Amino acid sequence: MLDAAGLRCVRGERTLFSGLDLTLRGGELLRIAGANGSGKTSLLRMLCGLLAPVEGSVRWQGEDIRRLREAFWSQLVYVGHANAIKDDLTAAENLAISCALHGQGGTARQLRAALERLGVAASEREPARVLSQGQRRRVALARLALSPQAPLWILDEPFTALDAGAVAIVRELIAERVARGAAVAYTTHVELDIAAAVALRIDLGAGLR
Amino acid sequence: MLETLRWVVYRDLLLAMRRRSDVLTILLFFVIVVSLFPLGVGPEPAMLRTIAPGVIWVAALLASMLALGRVFALDHADGTLEQMLLGATPLGAIVAAKVLAHWVVTGLPLVLLAPVLALQFDLPQQFLGDLMLSLLLGTPALSLIGAIGAALTLGLRGGGALLALLVLPLYIPVLVVGAGALDAAAAGLGAGAHLLLLGAFLVMAGAFAPWVAAVALRIAHE
Repeated sequence: MLDAAGLRCVRGERTLFSGLDLTLRGGELLRIAGANGSGKTSLLRMLCGLLAPVEGSVRWQGEDIRRLREAFWSQLVYVGHANAIKDDLTAAENLAISCALHGQGGTARQLRAALERLGVAASEREPARVLSQGQRRRVALARLALSPQAPLWILDEPFTALDAGAVAIVRELIAERVARGAAVAYTTHVELDIAAAVALRIDLGAGLR
Repeated sequence: MLETLRWVVYRDLLLAMRRRSDVLTILLFFVIVVSLFPLGVGPEPAMLRTIAPGVIWVAALLASMLALGRVFALDHADGTLEQMLLGATPLGAIVAAKVLAHWVVTGLPLVLLAPVLALQFDLPQQFLGDLMLSLLLGTPALSLIGAIGAALTLGLRGGGALLALLVLPLYIPVLVVGAGALDAAAAGLGAGAHLLLLGAFLVMAGAFAPWVAAVALRIAHE
């Protein structure tokens, strides 16, 4: 489904990686590993089309994603480093808006169920400014529980700031999604096993080359 | 898609409601800048009547520029903009929705305040309608043009000053025609031609500016 060929990433004057090929099919789980500054986030941003590769291309079902644009993005769930949480809105409002941006409406009950699954339903009505870093991450990740159809998930460090309980929940969400035939790519520094029929791994190495 | 745009407008209005002070600052700025002129120029009624349209227009232009920083910067900082870039709705449409919300919060109040401020300048009552109408057509055009500048300077250090340098020259045609509308009315020619021209600026800006700003936003994220 997702094919990348000959990707090359340059940040400043340094080439972070070049000639990188990868193929990710439905039901496969891809973990991108590597030291800080080795280009993990850049690779994910290329895979979702935020960053144009210096060389190479990314294709979704055979078509270049830079040509597909909205047609590709409507299939994608991307959770980046930043949580995209507004301090002045409540957890429920934040979640409703992040769903609306991706054209998936959610009823109040679905939103609540998603927040419950991530364990932040208790603070549903409080402004996000009073939430801790970990709770904000949980609210951001609640979108995963609301995207049962999306065939591609790209997650940048989903486990940062999460406690053990939340890590287990997110792990379970990813495993469920992969089992149902979606492709999931993620980066993490935490060594953990996520159940998947096909678990791929790309190591970008030490970073300083 | 319309549902998404409705949400974007609703969200921006909601955020403005919860951060009322930010909006009030801009309105107060407008009021104070306009009020400085009678104090500085002196209380000569004929003189004040002559400069009134220009002063109100320049102040509206500065106030609307002051507010531009807020259009994208906050969404950029917390990652929401990234999600908008990867949304199922074309980015240009989302930008248009954001500019609309931005104008309702920062432009529309200027239009409503203008006749009150015009009293300080002894502007004859029959011109107040033209003044409001010219601002009603002009300020959304300013917001749209400004959105391009705001998108281009996103994430730059010292972006505020750069934004002013970039956007103010682009505001000139709107200013000339907008302030000219009242002069024409005062000369007995009627403001119609100027208002039509302002309307044309607005339509042009509405058709192109969101897409240009969208391209600038994508570049800012590379």
